[in-house]
Amino acid sequence: MERPKADLSYVVEALPLGPAFETGQLHDVSSGMRTFRPVIDTEKCVKCLRCFLVCPDGAIDKSGETLEIDYDYCKGCGVCRRACKPGAISMVKEAEV
Amino acid sequence: MALNAKTITNQELFYGHKACPGCGAALAIRLALKVLGERAIVVIPPNCMSTVGYIYPHMPVFVNSVIPPFAGTAAVMSGILAGAEAQGLKNYHVVGFAGDGGTADIGLQALSGMIDRNDRAIFICYDNEAYMNTGVQKSSLTPYGMKTTNTPAGKRIHGSQTSKKRMFEIVAAHGIPYAATASVGYPEDFLAKVEKAMNTDGTSYIHVMAPCPTGWGTESDVTVDIGKEAVDCGLWYLAEYEGGEFRLNRDPKEFSSAEAYLKAQSRFSALDENDFARVLQERDEAWARMRRDWKK
Ligand SMILES: Cc1ncc(C[n+]2csc(CCOP(=O)(O)OP(=O)(O)O)c2C)c(N)n1
Ligand code: SF4
Ligand SMILES: [Mg+2]
Repeated sequence: MERPKADLSYVVEALPLGPAFETGQLHDVSSGMRTFRPVIDTEKCVKCLRCFLVCPDGAIDKSGETLEIDYDYCKGCGVCRRACKPGAISMVKEAEV
Repeated sequence: MALNAKTITNQELFYGHKACPGCGAALAIRLALKVLGERAIVVIPPNCMSTVGYIYPHMPVFVNSVIPPFAGTAAVMSGILAGAEAQGLKNYHVVGFAGDGGTADIGLQALSGMIDRNDRAIFICYDNEAYMNTGVQKSSLTPYGMKTTNTPAGKRIHGSQTSKKRMFEIVAAHGIPYAATASVGYPEDFLAKVEKAMNTDGTSYIHVMAPCPTGWGTESDVTVDIGKEAVDCGLWYLAEYEGGEFRLNRDPKEFSSAEAYLKAQSRFSALDENDFARVLQERDEAWARMRRDWKK
């Protein structure tokens, strides 16, 4: 998967003070916002990439053989499920995964 | 090559942001940055997107960027251009992402100045139809009948009493080289317009409808559908202004139900039959004018 990873090891005290900071670094994940997890049935997926196109978080990676969801940053909004014409995406309650 | 899901890059430049699930504005920025690429220099004034995009030390905007004062988006964009030129930078795109408030209200004067100077930069207004980041207050792009915290719905008055400012036409009236309207409900159309703006030698402006589940009172999964519905029912429109001429990109023979569009969102829940009639009348008048005066 070609998606940035969070570095959760930073120490607050070690951070520089100031109005500017190096861009493009992640120190937190978004998975805590998720109640339902989209799961792609790769048998049904026709790789039209509609879900990849409309994901507000860019959490669907198209670089591999099959589409992959970055569950660190998927918030479970469900936009991908509605966009999927063949019905290859189902929303599964996190507690039941 | 047409920009679409297959051709756009897999690389994400707005990643790990903390927008609400299903945020249309976040989708607009994400898609625009896919077109503009790593050499984009981003300016985002105070709004939802800067709030969710720079949470020190968590920095989800993967290109150089700055938060200007609320009123100063376009002025700071012009300043960046001047600095980049002084440094001899090549192949970069200065882009601003301002909300409806940051564009049509407080950012309007600076934007007008930038268009007047014809600075080569792209101003993108993501329109979620209210000041969302401060908890849903009315802007001059809030539609008639929308419930906000300063236009609450009561017995007699059912929400905002004013209609959307014709921002796209105000921008066009400057004689800007390129301006367009778009919606996240038509993502390929938006991508194509960002590409056109990027290749414009001068100022360009894109006004993209960006549904907001939190402020509009919709489920998080319908964002793209409701953005498409807004266009299909005629309450939003896809158009361009180029070479001094307006063009309607989409001229539907028949509109889908505007009433159904409004009823699907809790922000319009207080509207009655008279309100629906007013909305429809305004829509039909606007379309009669656009169809009469604009190319198709
Ligand atoms: C000069 C100034 N006035 C007010 C604010 C407070 N403020 C921050 S974000 C915001 C709302 C912005 O609304 P909009 O531009 O529509 O973007 P949205 O939040 O909807 O994404 C306001 C009023 C501010 N930061 N600076
Ligand atoms: S309030 Fe609306 S615009 Fe702001 S982050 Fe949430 S969904 Fe996006
Ligand atoms: Mg807004």
